[in-house]
Amino acid sequence: MTELNTAMIEQYRNSFLQEVEANVEEGEWVKMCMQCGVCAGSCPLGNAWEHPPQEIFMMIRAGKREAVLSSDSMWMCTSCYNCISRCPRGLPITHIMHGLAHYAQRLGLVPKNQPTQRFAQMFWQNLNKKGRVNELKLGLSLYFMNGFGEGVKTSLKMKDIGLGMLKTKRMAVTEAFGGHGVKDLSGFQKIMKKAHELEDARIQKSGN
Amino acid sequence: MTEVIATNQTILVVGGGISGLTAALEAAETGKQVVLVEKRPFVGGRITQLYKYFPKLCFPTCGLEINQRRAKMNPNLTIISMAEVTEVQGEAGDYSATIKISPRYVNENCTGCGDCTRAVEAEFDNEFNYGLGGMSKRKGAYLPHKMAHPQRYVLDPRIIGTEDADKAKAACKVNAIDLEMQEETLTFKAGAIVWATGWRPYDANKIQPYGYDRFANVITNVEFERMADPQGPTGGKLLRPSDGKEAKHVAFIQCAGSRDHNHLLHCSRICCMATLKQTHFVQDAWGDDGKSTIYYIDIRAIDRFEDFYTRVKNNPNVSFIKSKVASITENSENGNPVLHGVDVESYNRDGNGGYDRYATEYDLVVLAVGMEPSVDKGTFPVDISINEEGFIEPAPENGGVFAAGCASDALDVNRAVQQATGAALRAIQVVNRVAGTEGQ
Repeated sequence: MTELNTAMIEQYRNSFLQEVEANVEEGEWVKMCMQCGVCAGSCPLGNAWEHPPQEIFMMIRAGKREAVLSSDSMWMCTSCYNCISRCPRGLPITHIMHGLAHYAQRLGLVPKNQPTQRFAQMFWQNLNKKGRVNELKLGLSLYFMNGFGEGVKTSLKMKDIGLGMLKTKRMAVTEAFGGHGVKDLSGFQKIMKKAHELEDARIQKSGN
Repeated sequence: MTEVIATNQTILVVGGGISGLTAALEAAETGKQVVLVEKRPFVGGRITQLYKYFPKLCFPTCGLEINQRRAKMNPNLTIISMAEVTEVQGEAGDYSATIKISPRYVNENCTGCGDCTRAVEAEFDNEFNYGLGGMSKRKGAYLPHKMAHPQRYVLDPRIIGTEDADKAKAACKVNAIDLEMQEETLTFKAGAIVWATGWRPYDANKIQPYGYDRFANVITNVEFERMADPQGPTGGKLLRPSDGKEAKHVAFIQCAGSRDHNHLLHCSRICCMATLKQTHFVQDAWGDDGKSTIYYIDIRAIDRFEDFYTRVKNNPNVSFIKSKVASITENSENGNPVLHGVDVESYNRDGNGGYDRYATEYDLVVLAVGMEPSVDKGTFPVDISINEEGFIEPAPENGGVFAAGCASDALDVNRAVQQATGAALRAIQVVNRVAGTEGQ
């Protein structure tokens, strides 16, 4: 159990709703849900979710902290925004799902090997290096995410598309060696450092 | 030319639906001079298009008959139909109202014999039946409905200048048809104004996922009401629009466009009771073969309506599913609408956790659309306080203008009539004050 997780349990012993409101992006909207179910019914991946959004909102209000934060449901959201556009109460459901996923990640409660989480982490690390996403490296690390054998198989399957992209200059082999970045890399790194400090301070404050 | 004798002690009532008619009659029966201006060719408004009232399941024609008789007998009441108020100036006790009267092309000689209808050939969608107007057309010369008051025919402006207009004129034995009739503008005085412009059903086309514009067998509650009426487009039979098949399995979708951040913010108050009432129509038509399913967020049947709700709930042919339907598709083979969504009370019903997702077919789907004010916000010809939903607020700065019925809020008939009586009293107080200062 991470230190932050222990601190948060202590802080919000009896109200998971308050914890969500204080720490999750757009979390203050959760209490507005009226349980009509239109989000669950509108979700194109709805049957792949263990807990659809309206159920997650109810679980938050019922204090099911562990069950919500260690759920893989919010990681299934593909940001299609169907739920947001249909919600009669105007809840930013997509954003709340991403907020919950991010919060669970910070607390170290994400289920092991959750593929969306792993890809998100990969994307983030890739982006952080040069301030730009290196698509060649990101694509390759995605192919090899589940081991060398599967990586080779996927690469072979995709080779025609890859060659086509090379031919039309949508991808360059040179990207494999370093690759291009933003003009002011140190400026970018400063921005990221500052953003981390602000976020840490915010969470720290709310955890005390 | 239409003439109106009006003074600062006259009460102007705008809108002749059940609220306006009630306010006008109550005021006229206390001895006040009242001018009632109605946009349509007849009074009674939307209640004339209802089949039955809740909760007594009695016929609106009954109360309408009483009110129309009161109107005919009262010399203090002047009804101007096919007219709209275009401008109001002045202040409480001294208003000047301008109205625009559309030509009816039929004068007061009309005896209601119907010879003109038989003579003309052109047919149009019957607006009296809302979106089902195409299922039974009306002629270019017509009586809007059997009990219409004034009992006088109307020529559709679209036949003017055609042979049909001449045929109608030739057929009339009492010289009631006047093809030279023109639009008139009239200005007269009033001391107080009762604003009773009422409501209109929310435009179901705006609820994109429900496909009202795409699927013939998705209709609105006001259309279902017309369907159940023996005077309606199907002669009272519940037949679906696409193929005339008997509609035995009917789904009702509550809050269609109401209590919704994307549509109407308010609860329209009547739709729950209207749907509970309409399940009786299904039951009465088909007995145990008729099945109604109500998809709801929560049922709002207040005070004595709770008994009505309980009775419907006890009917084994009516089921309730707590769910806001996500979307409707159509089974292209049989034209059945298919409802998609999640039953939010089904958690772990089968013991495997999770909620039940449904994709259920029905013969017919009825959208319980709500009420919106019939006058668009910002187009009121008089300076009064309008709230966020477009209803008139009871504000002091409204002066001598008082809202009655659904112009003030979403109300059922019972409450609209009570509210209109109150509005009449407020108007009477204003003209009494004028009478006092004028020494009468």
